[in-house]
Amino acid sequence: MTLEVIQPGILSLLQDRGRFGRHRIGLTNGGPLDPHAFAWCNRLLDNDPNATVVEVSFGGARFRSRVDTFVCVTGATMPLRINNRELPRWAVHPVAAGDEISLDFADSGCRAYLGVADGFSVAPSFGSTATVMREAIGGLCGDKLRAGDLLTCAAVAQRKRHYLHPASQPRYQDRVTVRVIPGYQQARFSRLQQRRFFSHAYTVSERSDRMGYRLEGPAIHCDIGGILSEGICAGAVQIPADGQPIVLLNDRQTIGGYPKIGSALSLDTARLAQLRPGGIVHFAPVSPHGAHNALHLAHSQALRQPMLEHHL
Amino acid sequence: MELHSAGENALMLYLGDNASPAVAARVQAACKAVETALGDHLVDLVPSYASVLILYDPLLTDHLSVGHRVRRAVANLADVSDSQGRLVVLPVYYAPEAGADLEMLAQRAGLTPEQLIDLHAGTEYRVYAIGFAPGFAYLGQVDERIAAARLATPRLRVPRGAVAIADRQTAVYPAVSPGGWNLIGRCPTRMFDPTATPAMPVAVGDRVQFEPVDRARYLALGGEL
Repeated sequence: MTLEVIQPGILSLLQDRGRFGRHRIGLTNGGPLDPHAFAWCNRLLDNDPNATVVEVSFGGARFRSRVDTFVCVTGATMPLRINNRELPRWAVHPVAAGDEISLDFADSGCRAYLGVADGFSVAPSFGSTATVMREAIGGLCGDKLRAGDLLTCAAVAQRKRHYLHPASQPRYQDRVTVRVIPGYQQARFSRLQQRRFFSHAYTVSERSDRMGYRLEGPAIHCDIGGILSEGICAGAVQIPADGQPIVLLNDRQTIGGYPKIGSALSLDTARLAQLRPGGIVHFAPVSPHGAHNALHLAHSQALRQPMLEHHL
Repeated sequence: MELHSAGENALMLYLGDNASPAVAARVQAACKAVETALGDHLVDLVPSYASVLILYDPLLTDHLSVGHRVRRAVANLADVSDSQGRLVVLPVYYAPEAGADLEMLAQRAGLTPEQLIDLHAGTEYRVYAIGFAPGFAYLGQVDERIAAARLATPRLRVPRGAVAIADRQTAVYPAVSPGGWNLIGRCPTRMFDPTATPAMPVAVGDRVQFEPVDRARYLALGGEL
């Protein structure tokens, strides 16, 4: 029992929460660029929070169900059609064998999550199904989805028709503020350079991908050209020799030798990864205390946000 | 010892400012101590030349508690002796057909290819870090006489098993990839095999010795040309 990929769109990848605890053999995390939308997809479906879904970037993907089950799409506003009928996202819908599911190009945002009841069944590599193409690991043979791929999933007859109230759904803007905890080689950037970084707008470059979002704007000068290679955490803001910041994301290399000015909050990199090239980014400094507080607030708010249910 | 904030779920521990066996031993000892001190709160560790990136679960603990526990764990580490690590022997077929830059590198160093091979295989290396790609182990230090700058234009395709030098580091490419290091030979041992347990023959802190083998032996060990 499967979902067949008719058209994969620009980039569609199987993802669970990500691969953790494997940095010591050089494996990165992978996982959803927007963990917030990913988590809601599985939550609305009553799935395990780590269930495997498809992350669709930019849109243009079509699938055919070969099984009776339920699907849900969250994230970027890619018009969702089932058998050519447009249906709301952030809601669980039944599909029957033979139905066609399509996600058109996004109106706003960049990453959407297509989940099925009980998730896609994928053999994990190193404890996770997350696809990292650079490492050729996870998903189906470590690669993006291609036309004809068959995604195994269960036949499911009953599932609550949960949906998230439209007022609770995120609005994806073309401008985000990314909070950054100064750290790492922060002291190697003069006060003037730090002020420049936090006071100017940057534009998302065409060369942004799952490894990192490259930004264009006023160059930031660092007193040193490189450092002894060291670990890089998700969200680290690297400043290479040309002074153009790179915010490192899920598929980043685990170690590197460029100076870093700080590290972005995961809540904000989720929004950053919803920007398309040309999107505008502002950076704001935040203390480790402030970051911890923001993270816990967002976590408890998400747990309290009610799911509504269609009774049909 | 310095401990810096590195993100909402990360602290960076600096244990020195250069790559040396003594610092590498401290990095190894610190990893073990931090693992014990943090238990389930620890998500991952990234040891490197002179630092350890400590990743914790920010929903279970916070930077203050982690910082406190790390400082205490590492303080007791002061007189750690140089832990020797395992010795892993890796066979290498050194030849122009296996290492495109071997002759050029020897010539630039004013050595014969045989002398370069003796220097490369006559040094015991330590695994300082693993990264760049799955299974890519940074080994140091290469004898000063054969240290070499990276290629001005990286190759688009370096074969799996390529043994290479960049600055005073050497490595075996775990998979086909682009690369700018100088190629001197090839190793038939798989440096990263997702189906094997463990997936890598070496870990950070291990020692590595290269053993020259001839063409026939290289092929018999599963090497490809």
